[in-house]
Amino acid sequence: MASETETAAHGTAHGAADAAHGGAEAVGMPQLDFSTFPNQIFWLAVALVVLYLILSRLALPRIASVLAERSGTITGDLEKAEELKRKAVEAEETYQKALADARAEAQRVIAEAKAELQREIDEATAKADAEIAARAAESEKAIAEIRASALENVRAVAEEVAREVVALLGGKADPKAIAEAVSAKIGGTRA
Amino acid sequence: MAEQEGGLVFHPMDQFIVKPLFGGDELHWYTPSNVTLWLALTVLGVFLLLVAGTRRRAIVPSRTQSVAELAYCLVYKMVEDVTGKEGLRYFPYIMTLFMFIVFANFLGLLPMAFTTTSHIAVTAVLALLVFVGITALGFALHGMSFLRLFWVDAAPLPIRPILAVIEVISYFVRPVSHSIRLAGNMMAGHAVIKVFAAFAALAAISPVSILAITAIYALETLVAFIQAYVFTILTCVYLKDALHPHH
Repeated sequence: MASETETAAHGTAHGAADAAHGGAEAVGMPQLDFSTFPNQIFWLAVALVVLYLILSRLALPRIASVLAERSGTITGDLEKAEELKRKAVEAEETYQKALADARAEAQRVIAEAKAELQREIDEATAKADAEIAARAAESEKAIAEIRASALENVRAVAEEVAREVVALLGGKADPKAIAEAVSAKIGGTRA
Repeated sequence: MAEQEGGLVFHPMDQFIVKPLFGGDELHWYTPSNVTLWLALTVLGVFLLLVAGTRRRAIVPSRTQSVAELAYCLVYKMVEDVTGKEGLRYFPYIMTLFMFIVFANFLGLLPMAFTTTSHIAVTAVLALLVFVGITALGFALHGMSFLRLFWVDAAPLPIRPILAVIEVISYFVRPVSHSIRLAGNMMAGHAVIKVFAAFAALAAISPVSILAITAIYALETLVAFIQAYVFTILTCVYLKDALHPHH
């Protein structure tokens, strides 16, 4: 069948080829030179088949996978960003909690220190108070002693004076009566 | 057609001549020709962009990988939007079509290049592949009820047969318009550039000619992409008819 077409188109082909040789001129429209059709159609078929195989086997699956991968990556990145954001919020919460804990701890330590200090102060105060009380009691005792001894001295002096006075007046001094009189005058309970 | 007169040389169509790559007159169906070369470069270009450009599979893409992903997403969205989820099964075929046409169109814009998509033989094969494939798919998926595509239920009963005839005609015209739109656009733009290039030989009008070439080249850059896009989106629209033949 192909040879039939070829022979049929041979006449035209020769004419065109001759013309093409003699200065490469087109006779009419080269598009309508049917002798070139088998050649064009054959090579076109080859080109289309090759192109189709390249596209369907190599190019299109690859581009489709790249596009899918890209949209997957974008979705994944968004998810990752969301995750990171969540983690940041968590970290912030942990930080705030740690801060609050530290504050509470600090408060506790301060309170403890204060209490300790207060206790020490109280202790010292109590000790000081006790000492003061002891000293005061001691002093009181000393004063009482002094006073008692003074009183004793006063009584002795008074009795002496009274006896001397009685003697001067020429009386016979009864030591017992004098002591009683002195006691009555001084009003001391200790006689 | 191409007479040399006063330095003016018009060969606007010579760029479209198919010739053997390694010399000789014989052009058999298997002869490596300039078509072979530029088809190979097209495949190589797509390979470099979509395979070599994405070899690092980077999460943060390089510039080449970005372009590859952009192309992928453009066609993927187009198939999904026009045909719905079921159409995505045919995404590799449509991607192949789009990448082939867009690379062939842009490579054809290089100076001295051969534009494979400017040939009706190439675009007709592409359009027929789409037409036959989609028609077969429609019958395979829906059996004879695929023919209800031509029976417009929304119209009043008396005019439905007339509409059916129109629908059938328009259905069969699809591959013709589909292929000629692409080839015609490519051929016309390139031929016009060549015509202006020939005028550049005249000193008096060469600045105008060069400006015109620049302008047309910019336009053709746009057209190269738009025609690839149009071809692909029409394929999607036809595919939608095969998937959902009921209006």
